[in-house]
Amino acid sequence: MINRKLHFSAWQFILAFVFVAFSAFSAGAQTDVTTNDGEPATPQEVEPSAGSAGDSALGKQLFNANCASCHNLYKKMTGPALFGVTKKYEREWLYKWIKNSAELIASGDPQAVAIYTEYNQKNMNAFPQLSNTDIDNILAYTDTPKPVPTDSEVTGAGDGGAADPTTNNIILGALALVLLLLVVLLLVVNKTLKRFAEANGIQTEFETEKEERTPIWKAFVQNQFLVLVSAIFLLLASAYFAYGALMSVGVDQGYAPVQPIHYSHRIHAGESQIDCKYCHSSARESKHSGIPSLNVCMNCHKSISQVADDTYKEGINEYGIDYNKEIQKLYAATGWDSAEQVYTGDTEPVRWVRIHNLPDLAQFNHAQHVTAGNIACQTCHGPVEEMEIMYQYSPLTMGWCINCHRETNVDLQGNGYYEQIHKELSEKRGGRQLTIADLGGLECGKCHY
Amino acid sequence: MNTWYKTFIYALTAALLISCRGETKSVAADGDRSVQYFPNMYESAGYETYQEGTVFENNMEAQKPVEGTVSRGWMPYDYENSNEGYASAKANLQNPLPYTEENLENGSVMYGIYCAICHGKKGDGKGHLVETEKILGVPSYADRPITQGSIYHVMYYGINSMGSYASQTSEEERWQIAHHVDALRRDLQGVERQAFVKSGEVAEPIAQPQDTTMVSSDKDAEMEEAPMQPQEIEEQETETQTDGQ
Repeated sequence: MINRKLHFSAWQFILAFVFVAFSAFSAGAQTDVTTNDGEPATPQEVEPSAGSAGDSALGKQLFNANCASCHNLYKKMTGPALFGVTKKYEREWLYKWIKNSAELIASGDPQAVAIYTEYNQKNMNAFPQLSNTDIDNILAYTDTPKPVPTDSEVTGAGDGGAADPTTNNIILGALALVLLLLVVLLLVVNKTLKRFAEANGIQTEFETEKEERTPIWKAFVQNQFLVLVSAIFLLLASAYFAYGALMSVGVDQGYAPVQPIHYSHRIHAGESQIDCKYCHSSARESKHSGIPSLNVCMNCHKSISQVADDTYKEGINEYGIDYNKEIQKLYAATGWDSAEQVYTGDTEPVRWVRIHNLPDLAQFNHAQHVTAGNIACQTCHGPVEEMEIMYQYSPLTMGWCINCHRETNVDLQGNGYYEQIHKELSEKRGGRQLTIADLGGLECGKCHY
Repeated sequence: MNTWYKTFIYALTAALLISCRGETKSVAADGDRSVQYFPNMYESAGYETYQEGTVFENNMEAQKPVEGTVSRGWMPYDYENSNEGYASAKANLQNPLPYTEENLENGSVMYGIYCAICHGKKGDGKGHLVETEKILGVPSYADRPITQGSIYHVMYYGINSMGSYASQTSEEERWQIAHHVDALRRDLQGVERQAFVKSGEVAEPIAQPQDTTMVSSDKDAEMEEAPMQPQEIEEQETETQTDGQ
């Protein structure tokens, strides 16, 4: 007896030990996390060193306003990379070139002509509005060396981001282990107790309850009321589910296929506030709201080859998507060589997966709704500006169409030609404002022909 | 032991039932399309827009018009995509559309869609993408010696980092935008805007700084024909619009 007691207290001790060890471990893990977060804070503060002559901070402003559309400090764009340009050329020459490069080329300056021919004879704009001090400031900015810490910053943050789930996993694993231990413990306790009872000749409750009972299904069949109620319930339930299944035939609401390039409407239409019609320009004047050809993407992505650091982290952490790789897919499809800034001509179509697809028996015209009807895209397509992955928002069923045609009032202002007819029609309908349905929006032939 | 066996069987059936769920036809967030009733009513034998098809180059139904064809309402543009073409367009090319309130209004709407995102609502080079530092170095219209001809030329071909907008806009819309951009430039530079021409009158030649060099005759002829066609398009559009309602 005493032995047994000792035995149990040993188990209790082990249990207590496991809990203490676990809590200590999780506390340790937490401190680990904080150091991970704290680490990259130090290299972040490294500022680009100030240039020799001129204010590089002012220069950065001027650079971003005037030069950055064609020049980057460390990467070739429309024009050459500008880091170290002050060492390559004399300052007086640079003043002349920046203020009016065309003049310098025309005067036959060999350096100027060499650059002009190297960059496909593209003229650099003249900047007569920049003073010599302005140019000094810009040149001071171009002398800032490439900030090395940014690289380690990104990877450091990536480690921090990666460390979070792993510590979580470790904690979860430890928790599972503890639970497993508890289960084993309970089983062992149960077994020993039973053995103990057996040894002392004590009849336990479980063994007495072995009398013969009518099986539950027989009891159920004998109770006719219960059978009736459950039959009715079953019929109703199956009718409900059958109706739901039939109503979903041909309805693709919520359909969100994986696209070949992860294009985020949230970033483009939401954060960047690009108008829907910028890319889907044919929605204004065509039956189809076209998928933009890739030259439209390249309007902006010629100069945006990488997303901002914040956006990149957000993509990795929240959606598991490397946005920069997606931009590279676009470059591969258009054959754009980002390093040399030329099209290689090696293109490849992108196989977008179509989401919204009306059956061929129904006719829908985008221009009629977007341009003539002046309906916002979001009315049918939902909050596209919040969609990371595009999905079908509306059911696109006939009932849905008809409903909108019944409820939507038509703006008849400034439609001189039909004014009289509209007025008469409105009087016929009791003077209320006319809906699409009043103008024949429910006629079969409007959509089915 | 019997109870253990029973529990095992129950667990197995439950697992089997649960594993069947993956094949349900309901449309999940990343699932397949829903079932169709009589699919031959949904999908026609003819090619659909953007469909793949082996008869087409690259398997793409979406093809460019055959080289040399001229679509309705579209006129060939004779200036070349080069520095010379730019200079020539800047000097010689004139806006064929009259400066009417209607043209300016539509130009401003189109500008809002296609240009303002970088160039800014006022044309000062401070659009949303510039302010969020996604695209940098967009100049203000006030700092550039632009004419309506050069505006059109740049919209047609693009320049440096700016791409071509010829695929997104029609010829008429580009000229309307050119009117609007020119009006913005005048506002920024503090010059008075042009006086509106009443829509019935014939377009007067717009006063612009002109080079006297090289005005080829066929370009003139093209530009004289052009003003007729936007009016035709407008008429057609109003007809279809009222039909739609």
